[in-house]
Amino acid sequence: MILWRTAFVLLLFALALPAGRGQSAETRPWDEIVAAAEGQTVHFNAWGGDARINAYIVWAGERLKALYGIDLVQVKLSDTGDAVSRVLAEKTAGRDSGGSIDLIWINGENFAAMKANGLLHGPWVATAPNFALVDVAGKPTTVTDFSVPTDGLEAPWGMAQFTMMVDTAYVDAPPRTAAALLDWVQANPGRFTYPQPPDFLGTTFLKQLLAMRVATPAVLADPLDEAAARSVTAPLWAYLDTLHPHLWRDGRSFPKDAGALRRLLGDGEISFAFDFNPARASAAIEAGELPDTVRTYVFDGGTIGNTHFLAVPFNAAAKEGAMVVADFLMSAEAQIRKQDPRVWGDFTVLDVAGLPAADRKAFAALPLGVATLSPEELGPVLPEPHPSWVAWLEAEWERRYVAGR
Amino acid sequence: MIRLAPVLAVLVMIGPVAAGLVGTVLPALGWLPVLGGDTVSLDTFRALRAEPGLWTSAWLSLSVGLGSTAAAFCLTVGFTAAAQDTRMFRAASRLISPLLSVPHVTLAIGLAFLMAPSGWAARLLSPWATGWERPPDLLIVQDPHGLSLALGLMLKETPFLFVMLLAGLDSLPARRILATTRSLGYRPMTGWLKAVLPQVYPRLRLPIFAVLAFATSTVDMAILLGPTTPAPLAVRVVQWMGDPDLTRRFVGSAGAVLQAGIALAAIALWVAAERLVIVLGRPWIRAGGRGRGEGVWRALTVTAMGAAGAMAALSLLSLAVWSVAGPWRFPDALPAAVSVQGWMRGGADLVSAAGATVTVALAATALALALVVACLERETRLGARPGRAVDWLLYTPLIVPQVAFLFGVQVLLILGHLDGGWLAVVWSHLVFVLPYVFLSLAGAWRRFDARYIAVARSLGRSPTAVLFSVTLPMLARPVATAAAIGAAVSVALYLPTLFAGAGRIETLTTEAVARASSGDRRVIATYGLLQIALPLAGFSLAGLAARRFSRPR
Repeated sequence: MILWRTAFVLLLFALALPAGRGQSAETRPWDEIVAAAEGQTVHFNAWGGDARINAYIVWAGERLKALYGIDLVQVKLSDTGDAVSRVLAEKTAGRDSGGSIDLIWINGENFAAMKANGLLHGPWVATAPNFALVDVAGKPTTVTDFSVPTDGLEAPWGMAQFTMMVDTAYVDAPPRTAAALLDWVQANPGRFTYPQPPDFLGTTFLKQLLAMRVATPAVLADPLDEAAARSVTAPLWAYLDTLHPHLWRDGRSFPKDAGALRRLLGDGEISFAFDFNPARASAAIEAGELPDTVRTYVFDGGTIGNTHFLAVPFNAAAKEGAMVVADFLMSAEAQIRKQDPRVWGDFTVLDVAGLPAADRKAFAALPLGVATLSPEELGPVLPEPHPSWVAWLEAEWERRYVAGR
Repeated sequence: MIRLAPVLAVLVMIGPVAAGLVGTVLPALGWLPVLGGDTVSLDTFRALRAEPGLWTSAWLSLSVGLGSTAAAFCLTVGFTAAAQDTRMFRAASRLISPLLSVPHVTLAIGLAFLMAPSGWAARLLSPWATGWERPPDLLIVQDPHGLSLALGLMLKETPFLFVMLLAGLDSLPARRILATTRSLGYRPMTGWLKAVLPQVYPRLRLPIFAVLAFATSTVDMAILLGPTTPAPLAVRVVQWMGDPDLTRRFVGSAGAVLQAGIALAAIALWVAAERLVIVLGRPWIRAGGRGRGEGVWRALTVTAMGAAGAMAALSLLSLAVWSVAGPWRFPDALPAAVSVQGWMRGGADLVSAAGATVTVALAATALALALVVACLERETRLGARPGRAVDWLLYTPLIVPQVAFLFGVQVLLILGHLDGGWLAVVWSHLVFVLPYVFLSLAGAWRRFDARYIAVARSLGRSPTAVLFSVTLPMLARPVATAAAIGAAVSVALYLPTLFAGAGRIETLTTEAVARASSGDRRVIATYGLLQIALPLAGFSLAGLAARRFSRPR
């Protein structure tokens, strides 16, 4: 009986062959989309690990209900991969419409994977009126996600930039170059660490070091060529080989993710942490998570920056509603509130200089958090390497530092 | 109804189990058309073998699983033998069931905070005793051999085994046996080990297998307490399955198959060890030693149990403190200020999440209990056990890593247009609750003295009347325990809830896991305590019910 059943399910799997690419361009005028969106319920799958972000989404839901009659429901995830997995399961089962996810908070590798496997709706972003406000020229990462063109498949939502946190109770002059960091760690063993790749923040630290150690960073924008990569990355591995014995726990154990890294800083075990949200330190100080002696700074020569996006799965049940939600979240009203450090503190994707005077003033009036740098102080943004580097860097890191201890 | 019970149980289980297996094994062989995998080969296993540190990871899973289970078993049995019938034993029996309902993550994060160099123990002793103004750089938590992980698992498994042991002892005339051994001159601990343990052990066997399967494949505890370079295999399977590079799922599926093999190997090794103990134990029992030197052993096991209990209690207490903590810096013994912010954040969400948690847990547990009791009753009446195939059906969900297994289940639910609803969540919970209820209850049920039934039948009662007026009341405690364990399992399920419910059914656990990804101990502590509160209520109710219904009629 079990065998028989197994054969049956096996058949179902085999039948569920990919039905070509799921993507189809959005051609309807925006008015039509807004009209169709009324009364829809949009299931927004978004990381749920920050009470402030969750509260912001609740506020957005109230506004969307009032403006467009849309019900916004946040499906709180601990890992965006779970949403990708769900869309994949739906495609495997042949559900090409009426899918359970309408909108995903996404970027980088997850986007690249969904794009490559035809799991996204669109292109549609150019149809959304508020996309015209986005600073595409000044913030090129709003249309190239980890050097992969977004091709109108995802709408920019917020800006992130790699930012160092330092506990000034223990460090007088924070090291601003890779060499200075190495000197500091050697002089203060056990007080520095980074999340273990393939955690995305840990991998970002590798990419940041790589950008600081490589002679010609331009090569990182190209797809990976393994032979060339070995010689390009040699200075990185040499650096890490010297650094690791002086890390927290002698580099024999690593924190899991950004949260674990911040916990160690809060406990006084380490003197540095880092994050992709430049305002995170201020928020954590206010919540009592970090001591108020923590400040942020960036490396000389710039730090890696990127954009996080909103995408609609190819089989979303409420595609129109999802697009209207994304458009609202790109509006000046929503972006001003999002950048307020008392609400979330996530930097805008908009071209502020091009906004009407009232909106410009509202942006200018926003306070910075106690430990947040101004956009000018944040300095130049370095581009993310091509996504093909990520998998290779992670595999190489594992080969060198995970095995054979 | 009773006759159909096994068929019903099989029907409930077979769809998800078959789909789960297919969804794991086919991608492991390279078959997942939606990702372009359309040839069957062993290449994915080759890719798996090439993963750095794979065998270290596999060894960690096996050794930690076996070691923690063996330690929990020795602690449970040793303490019961040593402390039987003392006031301390009775107190422990009452205090133990709350520990059963503590989510693994909650205990793990509490224990990590207790033991870490910046943790509570160090804070209480610093700087006056240690001289530490800053936490020292010591690798205690997440040690490379997995000892802290094994400790955490042992603390979590001991209450489970202890409760199962109590339920098993309930239907044994242990007191009379011990009176006999005592009259023959045996000291209490020795008498218990030689005369009671061999009789009660068969009732513990299935629960031990469940513990082995769990301990070898634990993810949430291993992430917090286990080593990272490399991590135990189950953690790496989750990482591979969740990798943004979707082709890594093939390696993940192959890893899941290996992981299932490790769980089976752990059970096989345990069975081999049983044989060894029997061979070595028989001469020991026959030699007739009365246990003159047992005082040392009694002191030792009772101390060990006390230490384990204290560690668990302090871990949870530290979280209770964190849940109301303002800033709390090293080396302060207590937080600088009290804040109820963590408790205020949830609000209305929490009420609806608690509601969904309760209804799903009640439905899944009630269904599981009805099916299991009916199956076991049928066994009793026919005097025949179902075939091996049914055993496998039960074990598969516990042995195959959830993250791989659930992909197939999810596809099945989507095909049936069942996903996203309450029923789908209940069904997917049932797949995990039913095995635990069965494993918890089968031992006691199968060893129930059939003469009671024969007497009742000879007095003219129908089989159904006998079931409700004799068997169930006499087995009230094992039944209530099984129900409580089923409910606790249901409350703690994360991935099955998320996958079957399409994220639309929010329970306390889905809320807790999503919010705990912030890494803030306050949030983790608040949700952890809420997660304990519900099953705790369940256990209290089960305890009351057992007392109420086990009264002689």
